[in-house]
Amino acid sequence: MTEKRPIISAGGRGQGAPDARRTLPMPVRYAINAVLVLVILVVGELMIDGGAITRYQSTVLEQVGIYIILAVSLNIATGYLGQLPLGHAGFMSVGAYGCSIFVIHMSEALGVGARDFVTGTPVTAALVLGGLIVGGICAAVAGLIIGIPALRLKGDYLAIITLAFAEIIRVVMLNIDGVLGIELTGGAAGLTGIPSYSSFLLVFGCVALVCFLTHTMMKSRHGRAILAIRDNEIAAEATGVNTTYYKTLAFVVSAFFAGVAGGLYAGCIGVLQPAYFGFMKSIEILVMVVLGGMGSMLGSALSATVLTILPEALRAFSEYRMIAYAVVLILVMIFRPQGLLGSYDFSLSRVIERVMNRDFPWTRRAARADAGKEVGDDGR
Amino acid sequence: MADRKRHRPVLVQVETPNLIPERDLGTIPVLQAEHLGIDFGGLTAVDDFNIAMGRTEISGLIGPNGAGKTTIFNLLTNVYQPTRGTVLVDGYDTAGKSVAEVNRMGIARTFQNIRLFSKMTVEENVLVGFGNTMRTHLIADMLRLPSHWRQEAEYRERALELLDIFDMRRYADTLAGNLPYGAQRRLEILRALATGPKVLLLDEPAAGMNPAETEELMENILKIRDELQIAILLIEHDMSLVMGVCEVVGVLDYGKIIAKGTPEQIQNDPRVIEAYLGKQEVR
Repeated sequence: MTEKRPIISAGGRGQGAPDARRTLPMPVRYAINAVLVLVILVVGELMIDGGAITRYQSTVLEQVGIYIILAVSLNIATGYLGQLPLGHAGFMSVGAYGCSIFVIHMSEALGVGARDFVTGTPVTAALVLGGLIVGGICAAVAGLIIGIPALRLKGDYLAIITLAFAEIIRVVMLNIDGVLGIELTGGAAGLTGIPSYSSFLLVFGCVALVCFLTHTMMKSRHGRAILAIRDNEIAAEATGVNTTYYKTLAFVVSAFFAGVAGGLYAGCIGVLQPAYFGFMKSIEILVMVVLGGMGSMLGSALSATVLTILPEALRAFSEYRMIAYAVVLILVMIFRPQGLLGSYDFSLSRVIERVMNRDFPWTRRAARADAGKEVGDDGR
Repeated sequence: MADRKRHRPVLVQVETPNLIPERDLGTIPVLQAEHLGIDFGGLTAVDDFNIAMGRTEISGLIGPNGAGKTTIFNLLTNVYQPTRGTVLVDGYDTAGKSVAEVNRMGIARTFQNIRLFSKMTVEENVLVGFGNTMRTHLIADMLRLPSHWRQEAEYRERALELLDIFDMRRYADTLAGNLPYGAQRRLEILRALATGPKVLLLDEPAAGMNPAETEELMENILKIRDELQIAILLIEHDMSLVMGVCEVVGVLDYGKIIAKGTPEQIQNDPRVIEAYLGKQEVR
């Protein structure tokens, strides 16, 4: 190779023609990830069946999955769209109530007992999936109604208005029965009799699906438009991006997934009270996203996992959880303002490709040093 | 055509100085502004701005700092709503359209201070520009249906071809924010071109460039015009660029066009000299 190779190119390696890089074809990439997800699901399920994971632990795992969905969905609005909504718990509650009311009433109408949900029949499976979708759609509609006026604002003002809307949703859930004179949400006493339909398989199946759909949306023309708005709204508009549409879209998709998580949450704890979905819940989810790194799906998932398991592991100190949150957040803001992972996102197929190409960090550093001597600094 | 009612064809008059009759006579000007003006409070920032650009014309807009050049770009692209006057893109009125809609009507622009999508790769920046012509539905994209793959492959190829214009294919996977300054300026032009414009507005494309880079930019501007057959309107302080590529130059001072003509006419116009250097005091 006598020609001068560009240094800032795919992979940033300083040797070999670009075509020589071996890549995985797309179907193989998806197959690898699908197999990995299946393996994790099957192993987890076997461990629960075999008793290696206790009932308590599996409930905590379900919570972890639910918070992963919440964090990943909030990340769409914060990390990818670059806005700061503070009302994610509101969408979660709409989804939770929508899903559980649908499931309760439909199972009554179809004559399905609560026991059937534990054993699982085709009818209950359809009911639960339908319920999750209904919950998601309810939340998405709420997101649309809130998003259209709220997204005209930016920054702190958007945070305040979404916070207010979430509180409105909570108060509506609390009082709607009394005002309309019907039996819907159960008010302050709570909505009881929700079949416990959430299971490890269902929750983590949803986690995989939400992550997949978020990833595919972001790696398409729609996702690029959303990222463009984050990076420079004025330029995005001048480049023909319909900013109002794409802001609302990101907001609605984010709300939809939050609604699905809410539905899973209802099936996990069995009782819904408006008080669960207060301001602190929104903050909790936001902390997960900020801590993990805005714009990083893996970061959101990791910090959701840690921040859900930690309070359980430190039950004795649960009173001090909020103090710990504050301290951790301040420390992260000081030492790593972009979050633990920044906007880095993990890709298994990228790792495999690197191994296929013998492209390891240590070989790359050597190659870069060689190339640096020839052409100078590489700008990264 | 559904939009025929809003179609307002205006034939080019021969006496308009900036049109080349054999090329543009009888065609609709690709960009036309009539009596365009805007007031900010009591201040008239731009007043009575008129332009009619031929299909493949290169025009320049010069003037001292604060004369209102960028304001005119913002008026043409509807970033500001004009107080007076109309803008027609290829015969269609832009009144009441959003900035994105005006872009889709055929005006693309770059910015004086670079505004790239800095955390996206060079290729993605261009693909955002192509977004208007991409047609897959959100659901098809999310579920990765075959139509998604077909379209992505097609547009990635087109994006790389576009990058070839400025020999930037090698930067395709670099983050836009990490590019050298000159490459960032070029990428901004390419991103604007990806939207498929009929008119390209360049706001100080040569700012911060050395003479060699400016020379290259001049060639590139002519290349874009010749290959893509579009009109280009540029704001520039670098006179070598303005005089080198522009067929017509308008001089703006205090929001008003004080002179208009070929580069030679402008260079010798006393009003222009006065605007730039001030009036000679008569003793």
